[in-house]
Amino acid sequence: MAYDKFDILTSTAVPLPIENVDTDQIIPARFLKATERVGFGDNLFRDWRYNQDNTLKEDFVLNQDKFSGKILVGGKNFGSGSSREHAAWAVYDYGFRCVVSSFFADIFRGNCLNIGVLPVQVSAEFLQKIFDAVEADPSTELEINLPEQKITLLPTGESESFDINDYKKNNMLNGFDDIDYLLNIKKDIETFAENTPL
Amino acid sequence: MSATKTLFDKVWDSHVVHKIQDGPDVLFIDRHMVHEVTSPVAFLGIKNRSIPVMHPEKTFATADHNTPTINQHLPVADPLSANQLRMLEENANEYGISYWGLGHAKNGIVHVVGPEYGITQPGATIVCGDSHTSTHGAFGAIAFGIGTSEVEMVLATQCIMQPKPKRMRININGKMSKGVTPKDVALFIISQLTTSGATGYFVEYAGEIFRDMSMEGRMTVCNLSIEMGARGGMIAPDEKTFEYVKGREFTPKGADWDKAMAYWETLYTDADAIFDKELTFDGSLIEPMITYGTNPGMGMGISNDIPMANAVQGGATTYQKSLKYMDFNEGDSMMGKPIDFVFLGSCTNGRIEDFRAFASIVKGRKKADNVTAWLVPGSHKVESAIKEEGILDILTESGFELREPGCSACLAMNDDKVPAGKLAVSTSNRNFEGRQGPGSRTLLASPLVAAAAAVTGKVTDPRELMVELV
Repeated sequence: MAYDKFDILTSTAVPLPIENVDTDQIIPARFLKATERVGFGDNLFRDWRYNQDNTLKEDFVLNQDKFSGKILVGGKNFGSGSSREHAAWAVYDYGFRCVVSSFFADIFRGNCLNIGVLPVQVSAEFLQKIFDAVEADPSTELEINLPEQKITLLPTGESESFDINDYKKNNMLNGFDDIDYLLNIKKDIETFAENTPL
Repeated sequence: MSATKTLFDKVWDSHVVHKIQDGPDVLFIDRHMVHEVTSPVAFLGIKNRSIPVMHPEKTFATADHNTPTINQHLPVADPLSANQLRMLEENANEYGISYWGLGHAKNGIVHVVGPEYGITQPGATIVCGDSHTSTHGAFGAIAFGIGTSEVEMVLATQCIMQPKPKRMRININGKMSKGVTPKDVALFIISQLTTSGATGYFVEYAGEIFRDMSMEGRMTVCNLSIEMGARGGMIAPDEKTFEYVKGREFTPKGADWDKAMAYWETLYTDADAIFDKELTFDGSLIEPMITYGTNPGMGMGISNDIPMANAVQGGATTYQKSLKYMDFNEGDSMMGKPIDFVFLGSCTNGRIEDFRAFASIVKGRKKADNVTAWLVPGSHKVESAIKEEGILDILTESGFELREPGCSACLAMNDDKVPAGKLAVSTSNRNFEGRQGPGSRTLLASPLVAAAAAVTGKVTDPRELMVELV
């Protein structure tokens, strides 16, 4: 499925300064029963957002009105655990277009890139600066500049560059997905398949 | 070009269809396994694009994540689960894919049935929309979990696009001590590396301790590779591997077998091949392990005390949050903590060897009254072996019941949910908050530790119970 193009995103951010946020927290397994990609945002961080009687946990960051925006900022090793793309879908469906952390789990990072959510990896120091700035003033804006591969804390102008390979960058900028690419080289794949040993 | 290669390089490089400059490799996939939870949106995707499944004969579907583990002959009660299961069956039928659904003699957990029927083979590339696909690396395959967009790619083109991971080798020599199982070896490694210590890497396990393991044991180790962040783990195939694979339903026969063997015998790391990272541990120092926190890296030898926050890697806040969830304190001993549930099963420890180990401890003893035990075989084939080997009699005699195959309480998508606040000793793979049911608390351990807890009602060193049997 082709997805939204990503160019420059300027937004406030939601801080989640917890390490090893796993995919079971992002979207618990009991909410993986849908057969279409709709409505996953409602259950993003379900068990951190809601008590078991479905009342809100007031102190959780998504339930605090002062924090909002299209950028989720998480602690080190964000998205560890399961391969469920539903975790990335939930992040997207809730309204986030970018996740910032000092380290991402592999599969979650790949899933994000495959659906048009940009994972931005920054240094531990810069991550701490973002947390400090956003918590001190929730109206703090970040700019994520994909063409220049740069993330900037707008109030101070402090910035850091981030990595993304050229192929994925081009996909994100244009809203292309991998299947478009693979279908274009289908002949090569068919030839390859005829010569595989297994 | 250098002639020396790692096992991983050999298998990966021989499957690259196309390389993209500053981008991923296009990797050909030999075997694609599919289950009900991560596939419906992928099938919908190819349907919307009006493209067929490119290689239905390389694609295998089984139902496992959602399935009930009692009364499987009855209709599935939960309408959402029933719908997902029906969708998988319809999609498999529409696209001509082998489907081993609920009630089928070959049904079971995808990572248990793959090896059982010879779908899993050395030197293959194997993917599935499930992170524990790394299990199949036990055969010297490159096997890893993928997201649903990638499931769609493989259905459509039999390829995925992946940057090549870095190479790590973990060497462990020495013998497993008494009471130590492959699960303990894996939990030990994860406790040393942390839950993100191998992120970005593909791991090769090498050394005497893995050579000595059965294929089942190797599967347990490779299964848990993802829990230290690695995309996958693999072990070079040897005689034990070939012996296991030979004669199974989907393995090559006759001249095809000889051809396959010619390839498989090249699957080892060359003597002077270079790894990006290499770690070595002394296997004789590994104890029976148990976890005390909310990720699999928070594990320790069962006789140790829970580390103090200032003695662990990572942030103290996250660590303390984790202990608070578990209702444990820094410095606590795990031994003697009363438990409520025991779960034996999952793609990690749901194989025949795991039931043999469990039975060896509970034999001649009784299940503790305060414990609810769920014993769930990984497949019908495992279930049959449990009955044929007389293990069921031992379990029944000790007050245990055997359930029907499925993923069950590992991720609690079906009714097998540990209630809030209850403490479970589980042979599964993840102790994340709420993993086994909202508010549940999980201690990951081996089948021996689970058995010791099941008969004593508390966390117990299985070696204490083994002494009496000598």
